[in-house]
Order: sequence, then structure tokens, then C-alpha cells
Amino acid sequence: MAESIPVGHGADHADHGDHGHHEMSFTEKYVFPLDHKMIAMQYMFTGMFMAIIGGFFAYVFRMQLAFPGIEVPGFGVVTPAAYNSLVTNHGTIMIFWVAMPVLIAAFGNYLIPLMIGADDMVFPKINRLSYQVFLVSAFVILGAFFVEGGAFGGAWTAYPPLSTKAEYNLSGLGSTMWITAVFLEFVAFLLGGINFITTAMNSRAPGMKMWDIPMVVWMIVIASILFMLSVGPLLAGGIMMIFDQNLGTAFFDPDRGGDPILWQHLFWFFGHPEVYVVLLPAVGIVADVITTFSRKKLFGYKTVLYTAIGTGVLSFTVWAHHQFIAGIDPRMANVFTVTTLLISVPIAEMLFVYIATLYGGSITLTTPMLWALAFIFEFLIGGVTGIFLGASGNDIFMHDTYFVLAHFHYTFYPIAIIGTFAGFTYWFPKMFGKMMNEGLGKLHFWLTILTFNGIFLPLFVLGAAGQHRRIYDFQNYPELAQPWMQDIRQFATICLCVMLGAQLIFFYNVIKSWMSGPASGKNPWRANTLEWTAASPPPHGNWPEGLPNVYRGPYEYSHPDREEDYWPQNEPA
Amino acid sequence: MILDSLLPAAASSYAADIDTLFDVITLLVGIPFLISCYLFFAFILRFKAKEGHKAMYITGTEHKYMKWIHRAHIPILTFDLVIVVMAVQVWYDVKQDLPEMESEVRVIAQQWAWTFVHPGADNVQGTADDITKINELHVSIDKLYHFKLESRDVLHNFSVPVFRLKQDAVPGRVITGWFEPVIAGEFDIQCAEICGIGHGLMPARIHISSASEHAAWVQRESAAALAQTHSPFTGVGTGPANVKPELQLVTR
Repeated sequence: MAESIPVGHGADHADHGDHGHHEMSFTEKYVFPLDHKMIAMQYMFTGMFMAIIGGFFAYVFRMQLAFPGIEVPGFGVVTPAAYNSLVTNHGTIMIFWVAMPVLIAAFGNYLIPLMIGADDMVFPKINRLSYQVFLVSAFVILGAFFVEGGAFGGAWTAYPPLSTKAEYNLSGLGSTMWITAVFLEFVAFLLGGINFITTAMNSRAPGMKMWDIPMVVWMIVIASILFMLSVGPLLAGGIMMIFDQNLGTAFFDPDRGGDPILWQHLFWFFGHPEVYVVLLPAVGIVADVITTFSRKKLFGYKTVLYTAIGTGVLSFTVWAHHQFIAGIDPRMANVFTVTTLLISVPIAEMLFVYIATLYGGSITLTTPMLWALAFIFEFLIGGVTGIFLGASGNDIFMHDTYFVLAHFHYTFYPIAIIGTFAGFTYWFPKMFGKMMNEGLGKLHFWLTILTFNGIFLPLFVLGAAGQHRRIYDFQNYPELAQPWMQDIRQFATICLCVMLGAQLIFFYNVIKSWMSGPASGKNPWRANTLEWTAASPPPHGNWPEGLPNVYRGPYEYSHPDREEDYWPQNEPA
Repeated sequence: MILDSLLPAAASSYAADIDTLFDVITLLVGIPFLISCYLFFAFILRFKAKEGHKAMYITGTEHKYMKWIHRAHIPILTFDLVIVVMAVQVWYDVKQDLPEMESEVRVIAQQWAWTFVHPGADNVQGTADDITKINELHVSIDKLYHFKLESRDVLHNFSVPVFRLKQDAVPGRVITGWFEPVIAGEFDIQCAEICGIGHGLMPARIHISSASEHAAWVQRESAAALAQTHSPFTGVGTGPANVKPELQLVTR
């Protein structure tokens, strides 16, 4: 990989593309690209395609919950087995095949070289391999729906012995495909993570010091480090699970000396930092968007950075709050309650700093700004409801109710959906060289946000009323079959259908703007960071005329010494 | 206040404590939440872009501004501390402490039914007059029970919402917990841990009756148990928990 060694700026790319000196074939450019921007687009659109599938699953099982037993249009009657595999794969796909590829891989690949002033990633071929492994993993997870026994239906947490024994889960091949797909997906992100960290540390433009790196780049780097540190135990657990399923080992089999709870520790040791792995890139995107549209310097750049690192470190010490009532030593709950509630301190600090950034600003409510502000507000709800569940005494009742479900949708939805829309609408002019339609963008925003709250706010009430998760028909439980509860379920389902329909506006807007939107120019938002100094869309190599120099931090908006309210990082003093 | 308005009853001795904890958390996170929301929306409205007006230049390192962020941590940490103390207290009472029992029931979960083994008239588990019931648990009001929770196959969860009680059943283990019913009535028992395709079909009922009614039920049923020459559930009765029984589907 001699060509991949970061040999400084203007690294020789003769082996892959020659900066437009020769025309690349279609396959070279779009199928097996080495350009970070094209790989980013592959991740972005694969992630969006998987989001459509995950959204369709949600539509099917929410229809079943609202109108039990009906023939769901576009699917048919939902059997208990189908319900379980839809719920399981909705969760798995939305986290591992939507949030991860879009937030880390797509934005990471697109933004890191452009924002640090590099012509590409330092390991373009590893980058390409990363996407290819990811694509294979996507085929494996979806392929499970077409094998005998169907896709795995033991929940996205895959607790053994249900997940390890075909006689219990009735989908032997499907469950092996599920864990294999997850395993491959992790391999893809390990490859990607190597690239993100190395590129951000070694390929920065001359003059760009550590504190001049835009927040979103920092956040993706920290997230990649968290991912790498946490994924090991789960990879080991995944191998144990595949062995238990197919080779008759007994790592998780209590009848033969194994322990099913071991898996829960391995899973959640990864699973909880994973929340912050996807959270941090979204937090970074929001930092860049709110500073641009409030024309303000980010309030306390280092504070944000330190809270992110603090949250990341603490996130390794909270995993057993997922297992309070799983049969662990009850004394452990006391320790994990303390660490869990402590994590509220850096997260609160982060949200306060963002709110403080708005103070004294000059705020324009563009579509990306609306998404970024919605992220702050909705994530705040997700954060405060987490306290209810982190408090061990209350979790005895709340565990595995819809309160938990509503809580983590108030964290993951802002992260994976709202954060993505904030980033996508903000960088769309850079990606495609066209402006998006603001009217359609705002219509899409309001429909999505109102219906999102319409789905999940009522589910807090159902959860507090004792409604448990993963039950395909509540009519079997007299206390959950009361008419007022069914009304709430139908309301949530109708909101979901409207929300899914509203996404057509987004896709229409993307295609329409891409085809015939007004040209954006290099820097339509008058932003400071380096990507806005490249052409829109940037050519292969990003700055064929020569890489930029950096003279200051990324958030020098409304500086008192300047007439203009922004000060690009590359503009000499 | 909030929980007992949504649930049918607070039927265990500790249910009211959990309800109070929920209310206190609601209050303590509600206040900072509402203040944050107020500032958030106030700033957006107050600092909308105006023609010819430039934003302030604040780095966020000035003491003048930073003190507001730091001060906000004092109430947050205080509230966290109150919540931790209360949560740990409730947790200790329900899960860590095991008060002296007055009677003991065995709860055995399997795909997809519950088996409840009640002691007979002798109030001792593992004797011939034990009363074995599928999907019905019979208990007396104001009596402190220990439950011995087992699973025959996968993880299940013994959840009684009116008790605010939840505990995973783990194959290979016998997990002990306790409850004391304080209100008579008939309520749901739900499985709260996904256990396969029949997870949604695992409802059971708890029958809480007065001491005299319950005693009469025990007399009647344990006599019947003694009279029964061959029980179909002998495998459930007394064997060690981790002996793998044949998988028998129980129909209700």
C-alpha cells in the first residue's frame, strides 16, 4: 500500500485517477471508487435504502399493534413469528445499517478530508474495502428473510439461549446469518475507523492545529476510537455465539456449564458506548450547523470537546444498567446507578453549551438550522427520560416497557434521522452543487417533527401504564387491552404512516434540486470551514489548484475586528 | 401519583415507594427540563437575524458567561444525588434485602406458559400436598411471600405490573425474590423478556384474596392434590431446577 502512506499534501494519486488527467470508466468511478466522496455517497445511499426497509418494517408491525390481525396493505397478515423478526431487524438495521453507515461512514468519509484540507483519505483502498464488506453484510442481513425458518426474531439484543438454539428460536439459519451480518458490519467499521483517525491526525492542511479542527471531525474521530475500544468484546461474543449455534459449544448454555448472562455483559459493554458512537457525529454536525446559522463562535470549543471525551470514557462504565433485573448481583445495580446518573453531567453541559451558543446570535431558521435545533430539543427529552431508567429502584418497574422504547427513540431518532437531515441539507450544496428547495424542506421538517412526537410521546404513557415490549398483540393481556390504550396505539400508528409518507417530499426535493435546483456556488452559507473553499461539488483530489493553508479556528463568526460576519479558515490575516 | 393513575392498582407493599420515586424523578428532571426549554426557545426568538445587526462575539471561555454553565451543575448534581439516594433505597428494599418469609411459591417459566407451585396446607414446599397451577398464582393479602423463579428453556421475565415487580428468569438458576400483596383482586402477570414466537401469548393471572378465602382455597386444592394419584406435572414438582425436562407444551 505504498501509495497510501500519508506523504503530505498533494500526495501522489497517479494510481487512482490522476486528478482528471484521464477519464475514469463508469466502474472505476461509481462501482469501485477510491475517491472518499464517492465512497461517502455509496454509504449514504445504502444507508438511506436500508432506512426505507427499516421504516417499512416499523409500518408493518405498528399496523399490527394498532389493528391486530388485519391484513397489512403491502405485507399481509402479521404472524407472531413475522412480528418478532420484523421488530428484531427493524432495530438491528436502524442502528447498524442506518445510523452507523450514514453518520460515521458517509459523513466521516465525505467531511474529514474536505474539512481538514486533504485531497483524500490516507488509505483509499482500505476505504473501498470497508464499503464492500459493509455491502456484503447488508446482503446477509436481508438475505435471512429468504432462507428456511425466516429471519432471526429474538430481538436486536439477541439474548441466549433463545438466540443460540434453533429449537427455541425456530430460525436456525436466520439467527446465524443475523450474527454473521453484525460481525461483518463491525469489520467494515473497524476498517473505516482506522482511516478516519489516521487521516484526521496526519493529513491536516498546513497550519491546522488540534484546536482548529471542526467539531464534526473531532466527534467522528472520538466516535471511531470509542467504537474500536468497545467492539472487541462483542466480536468475541459473536464468535462464541456462532460456535454455540453451529458447532455445539456451550459458552452460553447453562445446561453444560455456560452462562447466558455472559453474552449480556459482552453485548452491552459494546452496546452502551455504541449509543455515543452514533451520538457524537450528530452532535458534531449540529455544532457546525448552529454556529453557521447563528453567526456565532461555538460557545466553549474545548468544553464541548472535553465533555465528549468525558461522556465517552463514562460510557464504558454504565453497561449493566441494561441488566438491573437480569439476575446480576443486586449490589452491582448501586454502582451502575451512580455512573449512569453521572453521565447526565457532561451531556447536560454539552446541551447547555449549545443553547449558550444561540445566545447573542443572529439566527436564520433555514432548513438545516431547523433540524439542528430540533436535535437539541428532542435529544433533551431523550436525555431526561433516561434518568427514570437509570434510577435502579424505578427500573424494577420500567424495565422493558414502552417507556424504555420511547426513551431510546428520543435519543436514536434525533441522532440518526434528525442529525442526518441536518447534515444532509447543510452539505447538500457542497455534495451536488445545487441549492435545495427551502419551502419543501421546511414542509418536510415540520411534518416529520410533529409526527415523530406524535408517535413517541404517547408511548411514554403506555410504558408508564405497564405495556411491555415485543408483544405482538396486546389483546391477550386484559390490563393492556383497555380501549384507551388501543386508541393511543392507533394514534401513534397513524402518525407513523404520515411520517413515512412525508419522506416522499424529501426524496422528491433531493431529486428535483439535484436535477434543476439553482447553482449553489462555493460557499452559499458563508461558512468558515475548508470544505466551502472547494468547488461544489469538489472534483477528485478536492483542490486541484493546491491544498489550502489554515490560519485560524473554524468558528470565527462575527469577529469584532472584521466587517464581514465570517472569517474563512484559509484566509490570511 | 402518576403511575397509580395509569395502572389498575398499587398492590404490593413496595409499589407505593416506586410510585413516589417516579414522581420525585419527574419533578427533579422536569424543573431543569422546563428551564432549558424556556431558554432555548427564548434565545431563538430573541436573537433572530435582523438587518444590519451583527451577532455577539463570545468565545465561551470568559468567566462572565462560563459561570452560568458551571452554576447549572450544582442543582443538577444535587438532584442526581437525591435521585440516587432514593433509587438505591427502593432498590435495596425490593431486590437486595430479603425479609423473613411467611410462605413460598415456585414460579417456573417455559415457552410459553407459567407454572406456579403453591405450598399446601402444611405451608411447606416440596411435599405431596403442593398445589400446582398453570397460569394462575394464588396468594393471600398481607402475607410476605418469597418466590423462587426458574426457567426451563430461555430467558423469561416474571412481571407483575400492579406490584411494580419484575425479575428475569434465567435457565440454570433459581432466583429468589419477595413480595407482599396489600390489595385483593385479580391482575395480570406478564412475560417481559422476549422468549420466542409465543412471547405475546404468555399471560397469567394473579389472584389475591383475603386470608380466610385463601386458606379455604389452599385446603380445597391441597386435598385435591393429595387425592390425585398421578400428576401430569410431577416433573415440575420437586426435581432440581437445572435438570432439563422434556419440552412439554402446556395448553391453557
